[in-house]
Amino acid sequence: MAPFNLAPLAGTLAYDLVFLLIGVGFGAALEVSGFGDSRKLAAQFYLREMTVLKVMFTGIVVAAVLIFLSSALGLLDFSHVWVNPTYLVPGIVGGLIMGVGFIVGGFCPGTSLVAASTLKLDGVFFVLGVFGGVYAFGETVQSFEPFFQSTFLGRFTVPDWLGLPYGVVVVLLVLMALVMFWGAEIAEAYFGAGTSWKDIPLVPRSRARIAGGGTLVALAVATAVLGQPTVEDRWGWVASEGDRQLGEREIFVDPAEVVDLKKDFTLKVDVLDVRGEADFNQFHLSGARRIEPGDARDPAFVRTLLGASENTIVFVVSNGEAVATQAWKDLRAQGVLNLYVIEGGIDGWLDRYQPSPCVAQKLSGETGGERLAWRFVAAVGDRNPSAHPDRARKEYVPACALATDATGTGYDPVHEAGHGAAPTYTKRVRLQKKTVTKGGCG
Amino acid sequence: MTSKPPRPYVNPYVGGALLGVVLFLSFYITGNGLGASGAIGHVQVAILNLFVPEHVDRVAYFAEVGGGSRNALDNAGVFMLLGTFLGGMISGIANRRFRVETRRGPHITNRARWAYALLGGAVMGYGARLARGCTSGQALSGGAVLSVGSFAFMFAVFGGGYALAYFVRRLWN
Repeated sequence: MAPFNLAPLAGTLAYDLVFLLIGVGFGAALEVSGFGDSRKLAAQFYLREMTVLKVMFTGIVVAAVLIFLSSALGLLDFSHVWVNPTYLVPGIVGGLIMGVGFIVGGFCPGTSLVAASTLKLDGVFFVLGVFGGVYAFGETVQSFEPFFQSTFLGRFTVPDWLGLPYGVVVVLLVLMALVMFWGAEIAEAYFGAGTSWKDIPLVPRSRARIAGGGTLVALAVATAVLGQPTVEDRWGWVASEGDRQLGEREIFVDPAEVVDLKKDFTLKVDVLDVRGEADFNQFHLSGARRIEPGDARDPAFVRTLLGASENTIVFVVSNGEAVATQAWKDLRAQGVLNLYVIEGGIDGWLDRYQPSPCVAQKLSGETGGERLAWRFVAAVGDRNPSAHPDRARKEYVPACALATDATGTGYDPVHEAGHGAAPTYTKRVRLQKKTVTKGGCG
Repeated sequence: MTSKPPRPYVNPYVGGALLGVVLFLSFYITGNGLGASGAIGHVQVAILNLFVPEHVDRVAYFAEVGGGSRNALDNAGVFMLLGTFLGGMISGIANRRFRVETRRGPHITNRARWAYALLGGAVMGYGARLARGCTSGQALSGGAVLSVGSFAFMFAVFGGGYALAYFVRRLWN
């Protein structure tokens, strides 16, 4: 399903050619619209010619309708489409600065390139200026790095912000654009052609325009009616691969591998504990976050996982494996990458890294279910060596000491019990690169 | 050939629809939108690296792109940039708009226009990096996928332009 993962092609001629051809289409579309002419662009700011607004908003609306309609039809996985992350204040300040550059220089970077390619000398000078500005930014950004990184909201879309479905927002966007076009036509007639107010028709007469606008509205309404795919629909797309991974136990990771990964400073291990609060308080892995199983279907929560850094590995854990596996399916369906389940759950973990008998006892006949198979004498949380076997051991811990190990003492049941070698396991975690690494312009 | 007048530009709504389809195809095929300024940054670092490679290694923002053994030009956006240039040129030649000229307002000289273009370009380049994208990468691509930041950015660009337009009207009118 689209978008296609082009990462394996990187470095080949085909890969470069794909981007080259898209660029050719982009350049040609800008050129035929008149974006190579600075006067046409600047006229936008004197309301004589609204070409910039018309072309840009038509482009945005047409692309948005096509993107979300194909997503609604199950042709495009929107979670793998790059959405420019929002850095609100630097974006607004940068935008204001660019507005100044636009009216003084007469172009924006993309259009100046097209102007230069058709030998417009003002375009050539503008491109040179852009090089200078980009260079100056690189030299100076260090002095205001905190500002540059401020007001980060991640992958944050208008539907997320308004709490409306994507299709509805697309309909609203189309309607907004049509109103703007209507206003633009009137402004052009008044400021550009000098038509007097009473001669300007307030009802659009061009059949082609009405047909075009009507088509966009119809497609947007269809997008809203179809709705964006549900978690079940999305699981359907990946079910064959997902069921195979579950069947071959590819995504169940040995506790010892989790411990080793937590020691790796180049990785970020995110453990999602889907058990109830009582069990979580009794015992949980150090650094684990408790979530409700329903959170795996909450768009706001899933968005934070989708926006996590490239080196993040997410583990889901429950007392057994069943609840965690369901959460895994939900998150996997929504496109979360580098996602695994801890093999054997918390019960399996405690079998491997056993707490001392005076802290917890194993209940007979409970293993494998979703009830915690251990009874703790107190809610130790992660203040117990079993919760962080990855920490370096510094001193001998008395067997029955509760909550005294926060300073970094460790637990190594194998060595302690004198079993010899550290546990061996089959490595299952493979860091997958996200399909979308960087925005075109970003 | 060259004596024939250039063909007129297409209807802006048709041009916009074309642009929208290209943008959609870009997202559909690669998962990414369109852009220019990011790739300009890559080319700029590559040029800088020819003269002062040790400086590129020292400044974090440049090193990220082309420090050490990294090739700043090994980037998909650079090919898109090249394509944009080619696409503009092809369309310009086909429509008889490929000729040396300077587009300016009636009341300034060519030299003044060039100087303002250089200045405006520098301001634009700086702002584009601060905003993490230019009009195409942020406003157009981000707008199509409904990013909140991109819409805020878009209104800021128009706001900045309209706020200053009156004071620089001599440049264009």
